Amino acid sequence: MSAEAFVFWVFAIVTVGSAAVVVLSRTLIYSAFALLFTFFGVAGLYVLLGADFLAATQLLIYVGGILVLLLFGVMLTHKIYDLDLRTETTQLAPGLIVAVGLFVILSATAVRTSWMSTPRAPAPTTAEVGRLFLGTYLLPFEAASVLLLVALLGAAMIVRRRRDA
Amino acid sequence: MIGLEHYLVVSAALFSLGVLGLLTRRNAVNVLMSIELILNSANVNLVAFSRFAAGNLGGQIFAVFGIVVAAAEVAVGLAIVLTLYRLRRTPNLDEADILKG
Repeated sequence: MSAEAFVFWVFAIVTVGSAAVVVLSRTLIYSAFALLFTFFGVAGLYVLLGADFLAATQLLIYVGGILVLLLFGVMLTHKIYDLDLRTETTQLAPGLIVAVGLFVILSATAVRTSWMSTPRAPAPTTAEVGRLFLGTYLLPFEAASVLLLVALLGAAMIVRRRRDA
Repeated sequence: MIGLEHYLVVSAALFSLGVLGLLTRRNAVNVLMSIELILNSANVNLVAFSRFAAGNLGGQIFAVFGIVVAAAEVAVGLAIVLTLYRLRRTPNLDEADILKG
């Protein structure tokens, strides 16, 4: 087994294993911390795929932003003395059938298709990504910034406490 | 040799786990976490195709947009969950049935 394969399997197991903990754990706070390892694992996969800029973005945005936001959500929707924070599951059997069926179909498709392949050697991507964002993909880039602004304002608007309430 | 299929299978596993969480969890924050898993699996797919099939960086650019959408989604989603909690004192989705006739 080559070094690349070994690192890939480590990251794959970390990612999928902690994702399973996120979904199956009965304690909400364990789910939140398992999500941290899932995000780290995905960042590792990005590094293996030669996407260095994206790996850094994943760590900054997901671990630094989204996960902290989700932890705030966990804390704010439970009473502080509610220490074990249990959550229940519903419809476990149909959900399992759908999820396992999806996984079998998707991975069978992925394995059995002969993909057209022109692999690129991994190289630093940050400069090229920046050039693409301010060149070819300038309009989507600006639209994404407007989307973020609208989401920010909308979120603040929704949670605002009204005077008369 | 690690190829495209390996990444696609990992991503399929992430996606299926996300769907499982989406369908079976009652807690709204947990459902948001499952949605994050699904968006991450899509991003892994995009980057893997960009590395193995496309020969350019388009997939990575799309993955950045995926991250942007995920950030916007979780901000608005949490705002809705917090408002719901303030209104009904419950984080459970099946108890949010105010609109039910």
